[in-house]
Order: sequence, then C-alpha cells, then structure tokens
Amino acid sequence: MNPQNKNILFNKELLLTAAKDSFTKLNPASLIKNPVIFIVAIGSVLTTVIVFIGLFDGNYSFFNLQIAVWLWFTVLFANFAEAIAEGRGKAQAESLRKNRITAKARKLNGNQDVLISATDLKKGDLVVCEAGDVIPSDGEVVEGISSVDESAITGESAPVIRESGGDRSAVTGGTKVISDRIIIRITTEPGDTFIDRMIALVEGAKRQKTPNEIALSILLSGLSVIFLLSVATLPAFFGYSLQASGLPADQNLTLPVLIALLVCLIPTTIGGLLSAIGISGMDRLIRRNVIATSGRAIEAAGDVDVLLLDKTGTITLGNRMATDFIPAEGVTVEELADAAQLSSLSDETPEGRSIVVLAKEAFNIRGREVQQLNATFIPFAAQTRMSGVDLKSEDGSVHRIRKGSSDAIRTFIQNSNGFFSGQIQEIVTGLAMQGATPLVVAADNRVLGVIHLKDIVKGGMKQRFAELRKMGIRTVMITGDNPLTAAAIAAEAGVDDFMAEATPEDKLRRIREEQSKGHLVGMIGDGTNDAPALAQADIGIAMNSGTQAAREAGNMVDLDSNPTKLIEVVEVGKQLLMTRGSLTTFSIANDVAKYFAIIPAIAVALYAGADGTGPLSLLNIMNLGSPQSAILSAVIFNALIIILLVPLALKGVRYRPISASLALTHNLFIYGLGGLIVPFIGIKLIDILINL
Amino acid sequence: MTTFDYFQIILFFTALTALTPLLGNFMYKVFTGQKHFMLPVFGWLEKLTYGASGIDPRKETDWRSYTFNLLIFNLSGLVFLFLIQVFQGYLPLNPANLPNVSWHSAFNTAVSFMTNTNWQGYAGETTLSYFVQMIGLTVQNFVSAATGLAVILALIRGLSNKSSEKLGNFWVDLTRSTLYVLLPLSILLSVTLVGQGVVQNFKSYDTVQTLEGQEQILPMGPAASQIAIKQLGTNGGGFFNTNSAHPFENPTPFSNFLEMLAILLIPSAFTFTYGKMVGSVRQGWTIFSAMLILLLTGLSISLYAEYSANPLFGNLPLMEGKETRFGITNSVLWATSTSAASNGSVNAMHDSLSPLAGMVAMINIMLGEIIFGGVGAGLYGMIIFVIITVFIAGLMVGRTPEYLGKKIQAFEVQMAMIAILLPNLVILVFSAIASVSSAGLSGLNNYGPHGLSEILYAYSSAAGNNGSAFAGLNANTVFYNLTLGIGMLIGRFGVIIPVLAIAGSLGNKNVTPDSTGTFRTDNWLFIGLLISVILIVGGLTHFPALSLGPIVEHILMNQHSTF
Repeated sequence: MNPQNKNILFNKELLLTAAKDSFTKLNPASLIKNPVIFIVAIGSVLTTVIVFIGLFDGNYSFFNLQIAVWLWFTVLFANFAEAIAEGRGKAQAESLRKNRITAKARKLNGNQDVLISATDLKKGDLVVCEAGDVIPSDGEVVEGISSVDESAITGESAPVIRESGGDRSAVTGGTKVISDRIIIRITTEPGDTFIDRMIALVEGAKRQKTPNEIALSILLSGLSVIFLLSVATLPAFFGYSLQASGLPADQNLTLPVLIALLVCLIPTTIGGLLSAIGISGMDRLIRRNVIATSGRAIEAAGDVDVLLLDKTGTITLGNRMATDFIPAEGVTVEELADAAQLSSLSDETPEGRSIVVLAKEAFNIRGREVQQLNATFIPFAAQTRMSGVDLKSEDGSVHRIRKGSSDAIRTFIQNSNGFFSGQIQEIVTGLAMQGATPLVVAADNRVLGVIHLKDIVKGGMKQRFAELRKMGIRTVMITGDNPLTAAAIAAEAGVDDFMAEATPEDKLRRIREEQSKGHLVGMIGDGTNDAPALAQADIGIAMNSGTQAAREAGNMVDLDSNPTKLIEVVEVGKQLLMTRGSLTTFSIANDVAKYFAIIPAIAVALYAGADGTGPLSLLNIMNLGSPQSAILSAVIFNALIIILLVPLALKGVRYRPISASLALTHNLFIYGLGGLIVPFIGIKLIDILINL
Repeated sequence: MTTFDYFQIILFFTALTALTPLLGNFMYKVFTGQKHFMLPVFGWLEKLTYGASGIDPRKETDWRSYTFNLLIFNLSGLVFLFLIQVFQGYLPLNPANLPNVSWHSAFNTAVSFMTNTNWQGYAGETTLSYFVQMIGLTVQNFVSAATGLAVILALIRGLSNKSSEKLGNFWVDLTRSTLYVLLPLSILLSVTLVGQGVVQNFKSYDTVQTLEGQEQILPMGPAASQIAIKQLGTNGGGFFNTNSAHPFENPTPFSNFLEMLAILLIPSAFTFTYGKMVGSVRQGWTIFSAMLILLLTGLSISLYAEYSANPLFGNLPLMEGKETRFGITNSVLWATSTSAASNGSVNAMHDSLSPLAGMVAMINIMLGEIIFGGVGAGLYGMIIFVIITVFIAGLMVGRTPEYLGKKIQAFEVQMAMIAILLPNLVILVFSAIASVSSAGLSGLNNYGPHGLSEILYAYSSAAGNNGSAFAGLNANTVFYNLTLGIGMLIGRFGVIIPVLAIAGSLGNKNVTPDSTGTFRTDNWLFIGLLISVILIVGGLTHFPALSLGPIVEHILMNQHSTF
C-alpha cells in the first residue's frame, strides 16, 4: 500500500514472476478451474502429440507444429494474465507481511504483565502497550488513550487517536503506539487478524468465484459446448461434401485444423482474462485503501442503488462555521462582531475559531491577547450552555459577554433584568428554519445580536450526488438534526432524501424497508450502534477508525476512514462488471471474422473446378494468402489478443458516471463494433506478415 | 415483382400488426381472469371441465408441480395417439379401410403431434383414418398449442411475481387457452374456409372421370376443421399430403391469405399479451419488433433469391414446386412465415426453393423457432435469447444484469444455455449421423450439397418443432422415424423444462425498481442487441454446416454446376 507504486501497472520483477507462473499454472488441476482454457490446453496436447507422431511416421507437418505452438501460447497467455493479476496482489501482500509483528506481547496477568510471543495470544487476553510498542494483534482499547501510527496498513503517516469507550476503540495488530499507555483486549484468534485476512485476500489465496463470475463462466462454458458440437460434427458434413465433390475421404479435415477452428470460436479472450478481471477488481479496491471481506461484496457494490450517508463528515465538513453576524435593533454590526470575537478568543472549538476568523475577515477585527484585556474566559458548560468572557474594566466593574443557544441567553438576560426582544426571537427561528444554528450574543443585560452558524456542505458534493443520480443511485442523508435543519441541508447538498432525528433503529428499519422494495442498500458507519445497520446493508463499509463491532459487521473496511469512500466503492464495483461485459461482447463479436478466415480456408478444395479453388473461396473476403496462413493467422490473432487485452483487464474499462443507456451505447460502440472489426484487420495483418 | 406483390406484402403485415393488439388484449383478459365476451359462450364448459376432472382452479402450484402436470398430460396424449394409430384398423370412422400404422411411423406421428411439430413422415389421406385424424391429431393440435401457451404463461408469472413460488395452475391455463382462444378462432376460420371451398365431410373418397376420360380419386373428409387449428396452433400437419398446396385445403387466394395470417396470428398477438401481463406494453412491442425485423430480413433475402433468375434456366422464374395459383410472392411469404413460426404447413415445396430461400427457411428454424415461433413456444424461446442478451450486454452498464427487475444469475444463465444447447445438439449430431450412415443417406433423392440441406432441414424441423420438410427426403424409415421422433421430444421438452425452471427461479426473486441505472430492454438499442445475439449465438453455430449446404449450392448454381 505504498502510495508511490499505486499507479504502476507492471514492473520487470512482476513480469518475470508472472511469466514463470504461467508455466506452473499448466498443472491440469489449476487449468480445469477455467473450462474454456482447459479445452484449449487439451487441444494443444492433442496437436503436439500429432506433431510428434508425424515425426516418427514421416508425416511431419510444419503447419501442425505452428498450430501447436500458438495453441500453447494461447494457454500460456491466459495463465499469464491471471498470474500477473495475482502477482500484483502478492507484491502488496509482501509489503504487508514485512510489517507484521514478530514482536512480543505484554500480556496482563492480574496486575503483572508477562512477556509472551504475539502468536500465543488468545481471544479475550488483555495486553499492555506503551509508546514505541507494536500492537500485537487486533483488539479493542479497554483502558487509556493514545495516538497510534497506522501507516503500516493505511499508508497514512499522521497518527490517529485510539481510546477506550466510544467509537474509536478498535486497534489493528501491526500498528504502532506512539504515545501514552493503553490496555487492549484481544478480539481475534492468531492467524485470523485483520492483516492476516488482508494478506490472504490480496494474494487471492482464498479467492472464490463471485456469483456473477460463476454465471459468466456458465455462459462461456455453454457457448464452448455449442461450438464444440458445431466443430465436432463438421467432419461428417465435410465427408459428405467430399464424396459429393468426388474427392477421396482421406482429404477430410485433420484434427489440428478442427482444433484450430474450435479454439478460435470458443470465447478464449474473455475466458483467459476472466479471473484476472476479478482479481484486479479486488486490487483496485485495495489501492483505494478499502478492504472487502469477499469478492461478492465488490460485485454487490456495483448493484447498490440506495446510499445511506451520514450527514456529519460525509456530506458536511462536520463543524459548523460562522457565516454572518445579525445585530439586534440599535446595535451596530461592528459592535456585535467585536463582542462575538471577544467571547470566542479563547474558545478552541471549531465553531469558536470560525467566529474569530469571520470577525477578522469581515470587519478586520484583529486577535487580542486575553491577558492584556484583563479578561477571564468562561468555557462552555453543559449546565449553562454558554461560553464567553468576563472583562474587568479599570473601575473594577465586570463586563460580562456571553454567547450561547437562544434559551440559555434568554435565561441569562432575564436573570440580569434584561429584555429578550421579539425581533431576536424571529431571527433565531428564521435561522433554524434554514438549517443553521443561531448563537445569541449578549453583553451584560443587553442582547447584541445573533451569530449565524452554518453546516458547511463539502465542496463538490452536489455534483457528486448529481452523478450518482445519473447512474440511478439514490442518496439518503441521515442526521440527528431536527427535520427543519435536515431538510435545509439536504436541499443544499442535493441529496434525494433525508432522515432526520434518526436513531440507529431508524437506520436499520429504513434499510429493511428499502430492501423489501427491491433496492440494494449501501451504507458507511463507524459506531457500535451502526453495527446492526452495517450488517443488514448489502454493502456495509466500516471505518477503520471505528469500533471492532462495526468492523466485524460490515463487509468492507475503509482504512482511510473517509465516508465519501462509499461512492468510490460503488464505482469500482460497476467498473468490474462493465469490464467483464465489455470483454465478453468483444470476444463473442470476434467470432464473425474468424469464421470468414477459416471456413473458406478449410473448404477450398470442395466442389473445386480445374483451378483447384472451390466455390466457398468466395467467402474469403479478407483475401488471405493461403488456406494454411488463414487458419494460422486466426489462431495467432486469437492468442495475441489475450495478451494485448491484459492491461485493459487489469485497469478495467474506462468508467464515467453516466446513465446506463449512455454507458451501454458507449461500451457497445467500442467493444461490440470494435470486436467485429478489429479481428478482420488483425487477421489480415498477421496473414500479410506470415506470407512475407 | 409487381406492384401487386408489394401491395400484398404490405397488406399482410399491416393486418398482422393491426390484429396484434386486438387479439393480444383479448388474450390478456382471458389469462388474467378478467371478464371477456367469450365467457358467456364457453364459461359453462370451463366450469364443467373443472368439475368433471376434479380441479380446483384457484389452486396455484410451484414450477415443479406445474412441470409435472404438463409432462403427465403430454405423455398420456402421446400414448393414446400411438395406440389409436397402431390399432386404427379396428376402430370406427375408417371408410377407406386403411390398415394399422407401423410402430415406428406411429411413434413418430404421435411425438410429432404431441410436440406441436406435425412432422408427417406419412401421407395423410393414404395412411390415417378419419377417427385418428379427428380424435387423435386434431385434439393434439389444440392441446399442444395450449401447452405452449401454458408454458409462456408460467414464465410470465415468474417474471412478474414478487417473491412468490406460485406460477399458476397448468390445468386452468390449458383449459382457458383451448376454450377461449384456440376453439373460437378455429371455428371462425374453419367456417370461413368452408365458405371458400375447403371440404368438410365424412364421405368416403370420390372417384370421378377427368376430361381426358381418366379415373381420379378425390380424397374427402373433415378437412376444414383440422386446417383451421393446424394454421392457428402453429401445428402445420396437413389433412392431405401436399398440405396447403392442395386445392381442397387451400382453394382461393383469399383462403391463402387467411391461412398465412393464421400462421403468425397468435404468436404475434401474444407479444402484446406478454407486454400487458408484465406491466409494460413497450416490452411486448420490443419483442414484436425484433421478431418482425428478423422475419422481414429473411423474407427480403428469399424474395431476392427467388426473383433473381437461375442462370441454369436462362432467366425463367423459378416455378418448380410452386402452385401457379399462388405464384412466387405468396409461396415465399408462406415459406418464410411457416418456417419462422414453427408452423410447418406449406403451400409450395421447400425442396424446390432456390438455395438461399431454402437457407432462410432453415435458419428461421435453426435459430430456435423464435421469430414469432410456435404458439407460446416462440415467445418463451425468444425470452431465452433475451436472457442471454441481457446477461451479456447488461453487464456493460455495471450492474448485475436484470430483466424486468429480476436479476439474471447463474441458474437462469445455466437453464438458458441448456435450452439453446439441446435443440442445436439434435440438429448437429443427428444430421452428422445421417450424413455419414447408409441408413441416413438411403433416404436422399438428391445429391451434392442439396442432399446435405435436406438432411439438415429435416433435423432442424424436428428440433425446432416446425414440421415442414424438404420433401426430397424419404423419411418414413425406421431410422428417420426414430431419430426425428427423439429429436422432436428433445427439441420440445429440452426447452420447456429449462424455461419452467427459469420461471420458478425468477418468481422467487424480488423486483428491483427501475432507475436510470437500469439496463433498458424496451428500446431500439436493445432490439439491435437482441438480434445480434440471436444471429451470433444461434447463427454461427450452424454457419459451418450451412456453408457446406445451401451456401455452396447457391455459389455453384451461379457457376452453372448441377448434381
């Protein structure tokens, strides 16, 4: 997961290993997993045997040898495609392994800690980690708080906070504690830690065919059987035609020619690339720092048509920002801004800082030192729900400035015999209706005005949601805000629907409801209370920073803990399916040209006149040099196209967020029409080269 | 071609298109249990049927029971039909005193009529008694067509159900198809045909003196009733050996027009019924359009081939094997329709068609009888191709492919591939055996590539349950009767069972609602895709064999070679 080599498709080492693996994959036990390529392999063996028999009985045929060689290449190229996809995964696994702990764990026995090997840790054990220690296994912080360097798995160098309780309690084995001391309860058995699973996954060791891949394999095998029938019965029809043309029966089609025809017709292109496409889909996800528990999950991601998104962090920046000062009657806006800034100078909350920033930007009120002002900062307290400053003036009187929710300030004002005007109340209600949070500022017994605190929608979200809509995906915003606020933010962000005042139970209910209507739901979550919803969703992405419960419940983990990742995951899923469909279409469309190459070639002698070229030579529309070169060109094209398409299989077809109809037209034009035309050109070119 | 030829073709397809929504809507009402105008006429008969056979019409079954009922029903029909043939000499209504039929011919004929194929290895008027024709053949003409409708109805329910196992009641579908669709239409058509001069009586054969003073035997019998259903039910088995080329079966240009229309009527109209039943008329018209385009393409090629002069005959029109009463256009239109619609009745001898026109007829059959196809059967065969198309092309939009909101997954693909594979297996394997074995070759009357075409046509006709023949082949031999019989069984039930399995599997699935992310299956792009997949998957399978048969024959003909 080294960011530097994220975009490098191949390197020399990878290519060499893959080339070597292409040969080890000739093992029939591994070949049989791919029925289409297995047929080619059988054909290669048969042709080779025929070549060798020819060597001994004097019927040696250079043509047969060439066919045999290119058939072997077809198998090897398909193996190579798979090997290189796996190789890329292995390279990643290797870098993960390097980080895997060989360290000792300090297991807690009562109050004593004992040094044991990390591999001996059992589920439920408690271990202590201090600054500099590597966390021995996956677990949950049960005591303490510390910052943890998770770059080993995320590639992100900035340390993250891990603390007991709350939603940031999960730690991953292999990451490093860089401050403080925490006690961790181990939650996985040895060998099944997060990193172990990640390694297994990227290596493809436990790779199982996904449902859609199985369906496609069935289709390809079915097509292969149909073409097998078509080729296997051909000698009978050919024999009949030989007899009808008055030719001897021993001129019937030879086995190598029949095998060549069969290999050209069965969908070897997609057959050879199918597993590479699947592996690289997983790979693309990992490169985005998302770990899926199964390939099935990636496919399902392509099908998701409803996304549940948390408002905070996903749609909005997560912090409210001051955007406006609205003075009360008889108060200038400068006076309000000044008071607001004073009250917030020592306020380290993001809201407080945003007020200082706004005051500076809008009214050029510069930062002042609290000490110089002889002021005492009153921090926010849950009881008063206000914060502010007490300024001691030279005469010794105390000047009190406060900001807070309208209810809190009303109480404050009334306690000082002040008057909370109807105008202020109107402003407060008005702002709440817009989805904003009003903060009222007061000085002593006077209300100065209202600060407009606003949820800031992340840049580009509206466009992103519009794209999703084009793709037929509906977005639902989930928030704990009241319906008014929620509606306003939903409208601003451009989501299709929202759920206000949502409890975890509401989320779960909503997911079930959508699913019963036939929708596939994706969601992202981090907290323990998200776990049921994550488990219920078709795609549940847990944030790596979240709790262990959430990570267990989801079927993907986002190592970057970035909520917008859900959208990228959907794109990866769609791209995976598109690549399969496009290459299948390409492969099948190829058959047309191959027919026009081979049929006239094999039937050239039938019903031939004196010149030796029979009527079916009319079908030789590519004007290929000789019958043998025609067959050979088709076989060579068939083999080369696999290797040429490997980069496409690994990278996936180009993905753009467009509607299904547009995507179809686009892909059909390139891979359908291209699949019809390209082989005509390719076969002709190869034929010219052969006949040079 | 004359203006009149064009006019007639346009008239024919206009009539077909206009009747499609009319009849389609009526069938929609019949099969969704709504009120319709035939209910007062035959409603009592429906109730009586259920009462007499102890059927609860409200009891729906899952796909396994539905299939089981269908198979039991067809098997009993097969056995009954076999028995009355081998014992026809002892049975009544046999004025011509025809002897018992041989076991292999009886097997072939029984399978043939039960499977809606109506391949006839025998000559009707010299082999089968009126009793066998009426109680055996005509009955099977009705129920084999009704069986096809029952299968497509179950498939539609599977497509439109929301997570339910129930696919309807086979007996109800069978009864309603027969009583409200096939019977009324047949009565209407046979009465009209009688008006045109088609015979309908129980008289023994007439002997008349011809003008030259010769004696000629004129065959009689209840022809009109059987002709109506053989056309409407895409059966095709003629009352007389020369089928609808016989003047007693098809006396006038008007009867010819009606009989041609009847071939395509129900399969065409059912595309509309389909659209209504799955909740989108557009879906129905999409399939109709794909079928029509394929049909018109084939027709154009055939007309071109027939009207291009054969260089061997020095520019004379190709009238061999055609009725002068009908001429080229009507013969070609009929040949295209009957091969496309799995009907198999003929008004001209397909063996004498020019190589390309013969190939079009053959391809129509080889593609799986899906260009309108048999009653019910054409549509469910087409849905198989729709499933394959949706699966291949649907992936390209980046979602698990779905059709009408139902996800197409491994099981559906597997069943669809079996349904495509089995008929092709019959065509290729049996033809290959026939073309190298003496038993197969002894039936040939022609040599050269045309002989191969005859063999290919025969097995295609069996596998596609079409029933028409390149008549040059003498197929009433043990070899052909048996292999063709087995071929018809595989071609029929090798598709029906996978289709019903698909229906069962789809019915259990939830419906994904439409969105812009949905792969659209009701627009021109999809029609184009569907046609491409049909031609590539269905057509390329047979291209090698066809190139050694009709294609090479066509080229040779232009090079002035004969055999």
